[in-house]
Amino acid sequence: MLRHLLLALAALAAIVALTFLVDPFTNIRIATVGYLLLAVAGLTVLTGLTGQISLGHGAFLFIGAYTVALLVVYVPSLPFWVDLLAAAAAAGLAGVLTGAAAARLHGPYLAGATLALAVGLPAITQRFPDFLGGSNGLGFTVNSKPAGIDIPSTQWQAWIVWLTVLAALVLLANLTRGRVGRRLRAVRDDEVAAGLAGIHVGRTKITAFLVSAVCGGLAGGLQAFLLGTAAPGSFTPALSLGLLAAMVLGGVGSLWGALWGAVALVALQAGTEELAHALELGTDVANNLPLAAYGVVLIAVVMAFPQGIHGLVRRMRPVKPEGAA
Amino acid sequence: MDLTTLLLSGLALGAIYAALGLSLVIIFRATQMVNFAQPALALVCAYLAFAVNRATGGYWLGFIVAIVAGGVLGALTERLLIRPLKDRGPLSPVIVTLGLLLVLQAVAGMIWTAEPQSFPYAFDFRGAFSPASLFAVVVVLVTAGAILLLFKFTTIGLRMRAAAFRPEVAALVGVRVGRMLTIGWTLAAAVGALAGLLAAPPFIHPTVMDTVFVYALTAAVIGGLDNAIGTVIGGFLLGIVLSLVSGYLGAELVTLAALAILVVVLSVRPDGLFGQRVARRV
Amino acid sequence: MRSKALVLAAVLTLSACGGAGETPATGGGGSGDPAPGVTDDTVLIGTHQPLTGPAAPGYSTISAGAKAMYSHINDNGGIHGRKIEYRVEDDGYNPTRTVEVVKKLVLQDEVFAIVGGLGTPTHSKVVDFLNTEGVPDLLVASGALMWDDPAKSRMTFGFQVDYTREGKILGDYIAKTFPDAKVGVFHQNDDVGRDGMAGLEKHVTITSAQGYDPANTDVLPQITALKQAGADVVVCECVPAFTALAILTSARIGYKPKFVVSSIGADPRTLTGLLSEFGKRAGAEVSAPQLLTGLIGAGYLPDVNLTSDPWTALFREVHQKYIPDVPLTNTVVYGMAQAYTFAQALKEAGRDLTREGIIKVMESGVLTGPGLTPFAFSPESHSGYTGAYVFTINADGNTTVVQEPVVTDRGDGPIEPAPTGRKTPSDIGLVG
Repeated sequence: MLRHLLLALAALAAIVALTFLVDPFTNIRIATVGYLLLAVAGLTVLTGLTGQISLGHGAFLFIGAYTVALLVVYVPSLPFWVDLLAAAAAAGLAGVLTGAAAARLHGPYLAGATLALAVGLPAITQRFPDFLGGSNGLGFTVNSKPAGIDIPSTQWQAWIVWLTVLAALVLLANLTRGRVGRRLRAVRDDEVAAGLAGIHVGRTKITAFLVSAVCGGLAGGLQAFLLGTAAPGSFTPALSLGLLAAMVLGGVGSLWGALWGAVALVALQAGTEELAHALELGTDVANNLPLAAYGVVLIAVVMAFPQGIHGLVRRMRPVKPEGAA
Repeated sequence: MDLTTLLLSGLALGAIYAALGLSLVIIFRATQMVNFAQPALALVCAYLAFAVNRATGGYWLGFIVAIVAGGVLGALTERLLIRPLKDRGPLSPVIVTLGLLLVLQAVAGMIWTAEPQSFPYAFDFRGAFSPASLFAVVVVLVTAGAILLLFKFTTIGLRMRAAAFRPEVAALVGVRVGRMLTIGWTLAAAVGALAGLLAAPPFIHPTVMDTVFVYALTAAVIGGLDNAIGTVIGGFLLGIVLSLVSGYLGAELVTLAALAILVVVLSVRPDGLFGQRVARRV
Repeated sequence: MRSKALVLAAVLTLSACGGAGETPATGGGGSGDPAPGVTDDTVLIGTHQPLTGPAAPGYSTISAGAKAMYSHINDNGGIHGRKIEYRVEDDGYNPTRTVEVVKKLVLQDEVFAIVGGLGTPTHSKVVDFLNTEGVPDLLVASGALMWDDPAKSRMTFGFQVDYTREGKILGDYIAKTFPDAKVGVFHQNDDVGRDGMAGLEKHVTITSAQGYDPANTDVLPQITALKQAGADVVVCECVPAFTALAILTSARIGYKPKFVVSSIGADPRTLTGLLSEFGKRAGAEVSAPQLLTGLIGAGYLPDVNLTSDPWTALFREVHQKYIPDVPLTNTVVYGMAQAYTFAQALKEAGRDLTREGIIKVMESGVLTGPGLTPFAFSPESHSGYTGAYVFTINADGNTTVVQEPVVTDRGDGPIEPAPTGRKTPSDIGLVG
């Protein structure tokens, strides 16, 4: 616990220092890495540690983002941290329900069901256009910066995002290191053996969904806070699949992998866009270049580096006795 | 709302879901994975048909080119991308096929632009149950029947099943396991190309197969991923129910309805309506 | 006098600096203090467009048209010696991406202005940001009403005729031309449909309104419902692909209403392209000319087929020179007209370019542009085009104007003939 806390504090200090060195937009990118990291970390618990492949993680971000959006719009007097807790709670509830429904499903059946969740859930906004904004969604500004703090708002947002993310990660790291983590891994490695060892497999899977959904909900809430929007067009299956891809890119089953995955996702996006601009190709080619490059990187990394970026990093330095979580 | 119209329209839509679902099932039976690149493979094949159609002014040459191209692309995918991942667990193939999906969609956009373009039906599309719809339903049923016969009653079908479920044993008795997997992928992607040709009309664009894929996977999960007939039934069932939902409850509820159906079916039968409960490997 | 100027400068600076700290000061700065994105020989502008993903079909050629027009202007010396650098970011019609790319354009690339940001769900999420940062947000590519809110969003200006004005004009035309018809509506499930119907209902009674979801291309239930409601006239408040789907689906069930289509979905060339393949295999009755002949549509820009129009001549020339491979549709023309209008504002703003300067030009009402009706632009209104003409498609694919351009407001105001005497490109003399 103490070690994780110290590590998180050091990370926070480093990030705060970094935000002073970069331009306001890069601060948004830093914050983006933060909330994506949390979302991918949640997926790591579910898929990496428990072996449940979910293609619907975006649904929990959707719930988190809309919870924050609705509270900001309809209950403006609530402080922001209450909104965030509510986002985590709402997503957690959805996670328990999903987990309960999904606990009996195997492999591709779970994948299919969660994909249907990612596609179906955002359609709720169409059913309640007055309350949820229909396909336009909700737009708003979250005021959280106390008067008197004289820094660019994007820098402040980066702080808030990373403070939340690191706090959540400390809890997550302790959770996965402890008894819960051992149970999750036992279920992943062999459900039957885990059951024989007295582990309640169904309950363990639901726990994994709960933890994963809370992370997703927080990430969605932070995204809403950072960008001031919650709209169905942001929560397409492409988001869920992108998060899964980020987890595999970074390295399955480790929170460090989640970090590398989130960084890779943001860097890839920025890099391929710049590439398309720099090459000045004919429009149809340039327009699709980022997509193609993203796909090629996914294929190449998985084929060449089975352990993802984290595996690569680990191979490059001597193994410490206490490897990362 | 006219019930017959909705039912017949749903049947034609269901044929498309069934066709793409069938291609997913063949691959699942061969390699125990879901091929997320299937919609993009189908898309590229449909675009090839589109290009041939535009060049020749006909329809059937493009149709044949698409099916053949599907087979070739399927074989290449298996050989180049899937076989190297043989012992890698379930996640790697998911991500690699996702990557392939993105690449193929991007390439289609580069060559054929993002704009929707006119894509013909095989036959006249007019009428409550048009010749085009009839063609879709019949061709899907015939394909499904042929595949069933292939698996059940031919040596090659038997070898494919053996290669998929007991690769070590199959290899011992002289089945060339790798070749069987390639054949499975070839077959699946050719069926996928057929689905693309049925799904593309009236307008083709790079994301035209996306929703079709979601419903096809839903159909396969409902029917049972290892069961071709179940998946075809699941596809038709889904097409009809979604058409009714759209007609009676509202077009915006279709995706939610698909989710609801899936939840209901899987909560009763976790391996689909016709799927077999696989014995756990301990 | 002097103190007044100081107060003004202070107010402007404050309003520009609103939330974020590093916003470059705008307005009142004079020549010594160039605006962001402006150098001696360039001005950098940005936009967000759906270039990939599910919403790209139908919109991806707008920026191609705009780019061609900017190339044309730049190759002729630019505006006040400055070349226009046009940076297009792909947001995939995803509002989250829109916010990211617009913030990137403003904070990192430091564009002078955002021009023609596309889409209601997307652009609505950056209006507050752009206004807080004091970034001109010009000629938004959407007919939603919310761009016209100068009290709250002074930097934001619309472009195309809004859905309500257009609905009124179409409703009035239907009421006059088909007085006994039952009117049905086929509309996109968002503000396109909602605002459009608000206008329509001022003149006609809607018998049946059927919404579609852009992600669901099975529109048989909706068209069947319109048929069963007995609608003789079907108004399409939809994008071209769904106009074409409505027409095809009607043909499929033997339903032959009079289609009346709003400007966003009525481009004859796009529709002809979309419907081109069906006659061959299903008989001449469903060939594109047969399906489209008699279709009534609204427009506010000169049609590409109107070769006599001096603007169309310019657009064709630019198209031929820069993007001959992209089919010349009214969508491409839209991008060109938008680019031309921005360049005109840039010219009017003078060599001494500031953000405040261009806002003043926009509000001054001097912009005329290629459209057939005037802009509403004034300090009180930031609405774009104020009206439309009504045309019908002929058997040869050309169009005939059946109602000359008219203008109106969004409320209960009258529908009046648009002022004549439109300026030609040579009157404006933008380049050369």
